[in-house]
Parts: sequence; structure tokens; C-alpha cells
Amino acid sequence: MTAPTIDAPDVKVLNRADLTKRLVAKLKCDEAVVAGIGNTNFDLYAAGHRPQNFYMLGSMGLACPIALGVALAQPERGVIALEGDGSILMALGCLTTIGMVKPRNLTIIIMDNGIYQITGKQRAATAGTADIVAIARGAGIADSHWVRDAAHFETLMSRRFDEGGPLLLAAKIDDQGGTAQTPRDPALIRQRFMRGLGTGRASALDG
Amino acid sequence: MNWADSFLRTLKENDVRLVTYVPDNVLTPLIAGAAADNYFMSVGATREDEALGTLAGAYMGGMRGVVMMQTSGFALIANALASLIVPYQIPAIIVVSERGTLGEFNIGQVTVARTLRPTLDSIAVEHHTLTDEATMPFIVDKSIKQAFTTQSPVVFILSPLLTGGNPLAAAKLK
Repeated sequence: MTAPTIDAPDVKVLNRADLTKRLVAKLKCDEAVVAGIGNTNFDLYAAGHRPQNFYMLGSMGLACPIALGVALAQPERGVIALEGDGSILMALGCLTTIGMVKPRNLTIIIMDNGIYQITGKQRAATAGTADIVAIARGAGIADSHWVRDAAHFETLMSRRFDEGGPLLLAAKIDDQGGTAQTPRDPALIRQRFMRGLGTGRASALDG
Repeated sequence: MNWADSFLRTLKENDVRLVTYVPDNVLTPLIAGAAADNYFMSVGATREDEALGTLAGAYMGGMRGVVMMQTSGFALIANALASLIVPYQIPAIIVVSERGTLGEFNIGQVTVARTLRPTLDSIAVEHHTLTDEATMPFIVDKSIKQAFTTQSPVVFILSPLLTGGNPLAAAKLK
């Protein structure tokens, strides 16, 4: 099955949970991963919790800006933003900011199912007319590509994440929902993420 | 030292390095002052909620930040405040240049400005209206320290009493 609406006829329809597992398996240097609201962070959690994972519970559209902030604060660490197509459509301006700032340690992965899956599979502009890779290139992220298939994704992820960015990859995915539910304790998520990044405050309560 | 230089100095004294903003006339001396100083890392954002997201990420990565915007931009950030900054306990330092009062010519600005303080009060976010240079350093310094100590955001509203307001307004007022 191929995706008909973009100028890349060899792009296969993939699966978010499978791609996310493949990504996590490639992370060798405590890379930070910031995952957007809903299915994107559900599947990141389902791939196995890591101390460097940040799960966004609201603020739709802000996964890439949050990842940009981490990348600027820790330029030696690879940072990956996982975001859905509906979410990035809400925040296209941030791609122009990233295109301007050009953080070399930032990778963006857009999971594009062409629908607002979690709210009832309503059709998104990405289903017919909007091409995320073309938009990203136009925003100044020249290194933007469609993922052709799982093997191509593995090849693209076999890299150092702390250099060579910004890189944006978009994958056409099926209409499956997330495969787990993230714990919903924002303060705990932040504290654990900061410990994972080495910025957490030491506490006498630590055992 | 003018109000903007004084404000930037207090940011520096509190290790606040990231300056992310959506531009505004009144903010120009703050934005230009930060851009001219290598201590600061300046990032122009396309929207105010985007700027808050970048601040949140930078804070978690170990870099303190400030977001600057105009009153109308503040009206775009209710969700980012209520679903990111407040529940995740991010000590965001937020500067809002106040339009819509004390000599406003645009009724749209007047109306949107009325949402500012009620929105902040409704989610219990601390805010201070800065009106004069004499008290400003104390308010800003102590409030920034409080924000980082208590893991809470704080908003500084820059009154026209401090800044002189929008320099383009006078010619448009009858």
C-alpha cells in the first residue's frame, strides 16, 4: 500500500508503535525524546520507559518547541521530537523557527496518518493536500525526507543524533491508536526527565 | 541606566540566559539589548505558546529562560500555561508589555487586554505590574528567585507608566 497524496510514490504506510520501537532501539547515547500529546507519547511509553523521555499531556503542538529548548540548553546531547501530523499542522510556525536556528542536535519525526486519530479519525489536510516534508523544506529545514519503509527508517536512524541536524523525517502511518497509556503525573514526568538529563535537583528525600 | 537595561541586568544576576519572544514596539529595547549581549541566547518565535514551549524545554535542560510578548499575544497562551507550565511546575519568567490601557488607540487591544489579569488570577499564576524604575529591580529579582525556588511561573506586566507605552500611539490619539 502506498500513500497517494504526496510526491513520493514509493512511500509505504508504516505503523507508529513499530517505528517508535525501532527508534528507541537505536538510541545509544541517552538521547532526549520529547513526544507530543496523545498517541505519539503513548507509543513512546509503550516502547519502554527511558529516563530521557518527556511525555506531553496537553499543549498540543509544542513537542518541537520543547525539543528545541532542550537542544539549545544541551548542545552536546541528541534530541528527538516525536509529533503527529495534526499537532504539527497546529504549529507550523515552529518549523520556521527551527529552520532559522538550525540546531545541529535536533531530529524531528512526524507520524502522519492523515487523520485526527484520537478524536475520532477526522480527516486532516495531510490526507489530501498538505505535504509535511515539502512544508518543512520550505520552512528552512532542508534535510527533510519521507520515510520509504521500515528498512529505510532503520538506516536513517543509524546515525549520531548530536550532529548533522536539523533533520526532519515524516512517515505515513496507519490509523492505529496508541498501544499504552502514559502515567499522568506532570510534576513526576518533569522531575524524572530532568534527572535523566542530569539537571534534576538533588533532594534529601532521595533514597 | 534605563528600565530595559536594569531589567536585563536583573535577568543576568539570576542566570536567566534564554530570551525567546514575539516582537513588540515597547519590548524593542529589551529584545535589542539581549541580542547585543553574548550572555543571552535570543530566539525569535512565531507564536507566544511556541516561545513558552522552548522555555520549558530549555529549563528542563538546565537553562533558565524568559518569554516576552505583548498583551494580545498573551491571549494565545492560556492552554500552554494551563496544560504545560503550571502542571509540570515550570518556573517560566514571562514579560507582557501592556497595551490596551493608558492611551490605547486600537479597541481590539483594549478588549484583549482585559483578559490578561483575570486569566492569570483564574489559574493562580503570580503576576506583578511594573510601574516605576525605583521598585522594579526589587520586584523582579525577588520574584524570579521565588519562581525558581517554588517551581512556579511569574508574569511581569510592563505598564505604560514604566515604559512610556507604545511610541506610535500618541500620534493616533485625539
